[in-house]
Amino acid sequence: MEYFQQQFINLFGMEWGAMLFAFASNMIFILAIVIPLLLGVAYLTFAERKIIAYMQIRVGPNRVTFFGIPWLRGWGQPIADAVKAIMKEIVIPTGANKFLFVLAPVLTIMPALAAWAVIPFSPEMVLADINAGLLYILAMTSMGIYGIIIAGWASNSKYAFLGAMRSAAQVVSYELAMGFALVCVLMMSQSLNLGDIVNGQQGDSLLNWYLIPLFPMFLVYLISGVAETNRAPFDVAEGESEIVAGFHVDYSGMAFTVFFLAEYSNMILVATLTSIMFLGGWLPPIDMTPFTWIPGFIWLLLKIAFILFLFLWFRATFPRYRYDQIMRLGWKVFIPITLVWIILLGTIMQLPDSARNSFPLNIWF
Amino acid sequence: MNFQDFLFYFFSAILIASAVGVITVRNPVNSALLLVLAFVTSAGLWLLLEAEFLAIALVLVYVGAVMVLFLFVVMMLDINLDRLREGFWKWFPFGALVALAMVAEISLVLMGKYFGLDEMPTPAPHDADYSNTRELGRLIYTEYVYAFELAAVLLLVAMVAAIALTLRHREDKRSTDPARQVKVKKEDRLRVVSIPTEKQE
Repeated sequence: MEYFQQQFINLFGMEWGAMLFAFASNMIFILAIVIPLLLGVAYLTFAERKIIAYMQIRVGPNRVTFFGIPWLRGWGQPIADAVKAIMKEIVIPTGANKFLFVLAPVLTIMPALAAWAVIPFSPEMVLADINAGLLYILAMTSMGIYGIIIAGWASNSKYAFLGAMRSAAQVVSYELAMGFALVCVLMMSQSLNLGDIVNGQQGDSLLNWYLIPLFPMFLVYLISGVAETNRAPFDVAEGESEIVAGFHVDYSGMAFTVFFLAEYSNMILVATLTSIMFLGGWLPPIDMTPFTWIPGFIWLLLKIAFILFLFLWFRATFPRYRYDQIMRLGWKVFIPITLVWIILLGTIMQLPDSARNSFPLNIWF
Repeated sequence: MNFQDFLFYFFSAILIASAVGVITVRNPVNSALLLVLAFVTSAGLWLLLEAEFLAIALVLVYVGAVMVLFLFVVMMLDINLDRLREGFWKWFPFGALVALAMVAEISLVLMGKYFGLDEMPTPAPHDADYSNTRELGRLIYTEYVYAFELAAVLLLVAMVAAIALTLRHREDKRSTDPARQVKVKKEDRLRVVSIPTEKQE
């Protein structure tokens, strides 16, 4: 690192060299996050098709081989899909607002990727270690909705517009429950920094993870995360049986694929956040030798994979919610639960130490 | 000009351009979107002032929630621009007067002797581990707790009033009660009847 910095300074002079070095190294770090992420997205679509297929006693994609390796049947499918999407024409409807129509996919993918800047992959591996990391994530994920609304409006189609309206109302309502669940997490960790939140869960075993004291919040966060990413059973924004494909009904080719990339990278983001906030991030489940040999990064990946499997499992299992039931679940069930839990947690935090220690099974502090 | 100055002018230029766009653009949806851009760039300006909590809260609250609902409403309105423009020149002198009064007030405050670099020197920059959020939380829950609680009560009253004004109990409305739906047992809905089969010849 220092060697390269010195090279830059020698080449471009003191001030500009340092600046260009910072720019170049950050670019490399960003690519190191985004490229594996997009590969993960590609293979998540494959995993989804395979897993749901096996759950429904089918085989799933099994034709396209991976560079001709015969036993990797189907593993080339995501690459084939990507090539197909790039080749296809992007049709812009005549009545559409052309500028916004093209802008919408960009606005969807931008926050989905930008939120990854503050995610800690292991104690040292984080691009931007900022104090207000949790708030930044909330702000970024709440901006993702613009792409969907603008896509629905700019398409100038009733189905797309209906999908956008549904999606806007749904995301705004579930964001509240999600935010309140995260308030509980930051009350426990007393920090908005994601690295500090993971460090706050350090202990002998998984009993120290926030999953146990905040179990209802874990459920609320996970379900709100499914709703926030517009995944089944909350995918009324797409609702292919009612409103064709919702907000992206008029999109084709790569523009359509960008919406999918955003949806899947949002899924991975929610899974990562759930693992960081409730499942101890990079911490091993038991702090003992065989578990601590495995690097923290792998533990985080395993936890993310587990949550993503839950997402796919939900999709294969549950029928789609009716729209008013979604709204009821968000406003009348989740928000009251989170409010009660915040008050309970605050009361426990304010108790004097003697009273807190007299709890028979004190899991909170 | 260092990089921070460049960022300041960059954000300010976008902010002014988008704010002008909000009131000049014809299409209300475009104007709402320009307002979103104005919010995001002013959040950028606040970040430059080391007010990261306020900046992110601005994006979170105004961009993430308020403007989404705003767009939601604006997109569904069927606005006839000609009718909107009808009274423009009639009310123009009145509007101009209000605008002038506001400009005068703002300039009285900002150009008075309380502001300016000699009265208020640039605050010293804080360390990287200085937490804006923690400081703000400490202040509003200790020194300014009275004002803060008052604001909260005001918002609550406004919220209750808004709900009370729009909530109507309609007699002819048909709705489902999910609690009752969940409670339904198989016995309530399904009757298994045994039908005797005919004798086989």
